[in-house]
Amino acid sequence: MGLSPTATGSSPAIAQAPKGILDPSTGKPVGANDPFFLEVNHELSDKGFFVAAADDLITWARTGSLMWMTFGLACCAVEMMQVSMPRYDVERFGFAPRASPRQSDVMIVAGTLTNKMAPALRKVYDQMPEPRYVISMGSCANGGGYYHYSYSVVRGCDRIVPIDIYVPGCPPTAEALLYGVLLLQKKIRRIGTIER
Amino acid sequence: MDDGKLEALGQTIVSALGGAASAHAVAFNQLTVTVDAAGIVEVMKYLRDDPAMRFVNITDVTAVDYPGREKRFDVVYHLLSPTLNERIRVRAEADENTQVPSIIDVFPGADWFEREAYDLYGVIFTGHPDMRRLLTDYGFDGHPLRKDFPLTGFVEVRYDDQEKRVLYEPVRLNQEFRKFDFLSPWEGADYPLPGDEKAEPKA
Repeated sequence: MGLSPTATGSSPAIAQAPKGILDPSTGKPVGANDPFFLEVNHELSDKGFFVAAADDLITWARTGSLMWMTFGLACCAVEMMQVSMPRYDVERFGFAPRASPRQSDVMIVAGTLTNKMAPALRKVYDQMPEPRYVISMGSCANGGGYYHYSYSVVRGCDRIVPIDIYVPGCPPTAEALLYGVLLLQKKIRRIGTIER
Repeated sequence: MDDGKLEALGQTIVSALGGAASAHAVAFNQLTVTVDAAGIVEVMKYLRDDPAMRFVNITDVTAVDYPGREKRFDVVYHLLSPTLNERIRVRAEADENTQVPSIIDVFPGADWFEREAYDLYGVIFTGHPDMRRLLTDYGFDGHPLRKDFPLTGFVEVRYDDQEKRVLYEPVRLNQEFRKFDFLSPWEGADYPLPGDEKAEPKA
């Protein structure tokens, strides 16, 4: 085994071709008989190109490279870290952390937004380039949550910045946040436009 | 350490301090010494420097609000002596106008504790080099941990699209805060429980 020459020494060892997941009914890899895939494949092999609308292509590219600005404020930030760690790994959806607001597309407001922090949050949001999206994560960011009647907490961060996706929970699980990210991608595909 | 040793320690401290300390008490294996707020610096110097004490660690400085009292605040200092393996609580009464001397020259670590106590309770510490608010918002009005401070405060913030900045406005709540003050089901319940009315009255 391995890459060292075998005892016979006649031919170098070669790794097996990847098999992928086989569909038990057809014996071929899963998705090999998908009509959409077959159509695109025929079009490519027939003409050598295929036709798509430019804004579809652009929104597709946008959904696949969402850089997110971390705005961890409280315990939700721990779940936000978790979602970028290997178990849930948002980077496989092209959702990569970016520590600078000037180079990011999405801001995740994770935690309790206080009155003292609100101008700073707005400043960070104003620095982000268009198109920009905001995910409000957790009860406190959604509507003040446990601290709704507090003297120092903003009753929902939508008083400060416009929100695209609200993720409920206290704190939401990493799965819930991941689902929120997928919903945001769906929203961009649905209403995304290249017009400003 | 048992209560007897704490009791002896308290008596030693009170007698050594003379007029500055007025009383001591032991409760829940914890020693509390009540002192006069004006003499707090001498008390702290004695507790830190006396070879029999060596309370060299300032654990906490905070306050407690008793709105019914004439001197409404207790300023509370917690100290730790690694030599004695013992903790102590020093308590001084104060009101809104009492000038409590800062102990920052004795324990530099008390800096932010005193700022916090000033911020949240409005206790005035004199001799502190940087007595600003620590935790609450810039330009905050009031002292939120006082019992007479309303829970929801006075202002709330909102981003204004016309002015392009975060504005402060008076609090406007769609629903008032509701306090659910139910009786605990296992203590103090003198209302009839469902089904109890069918029981035979006891003779």
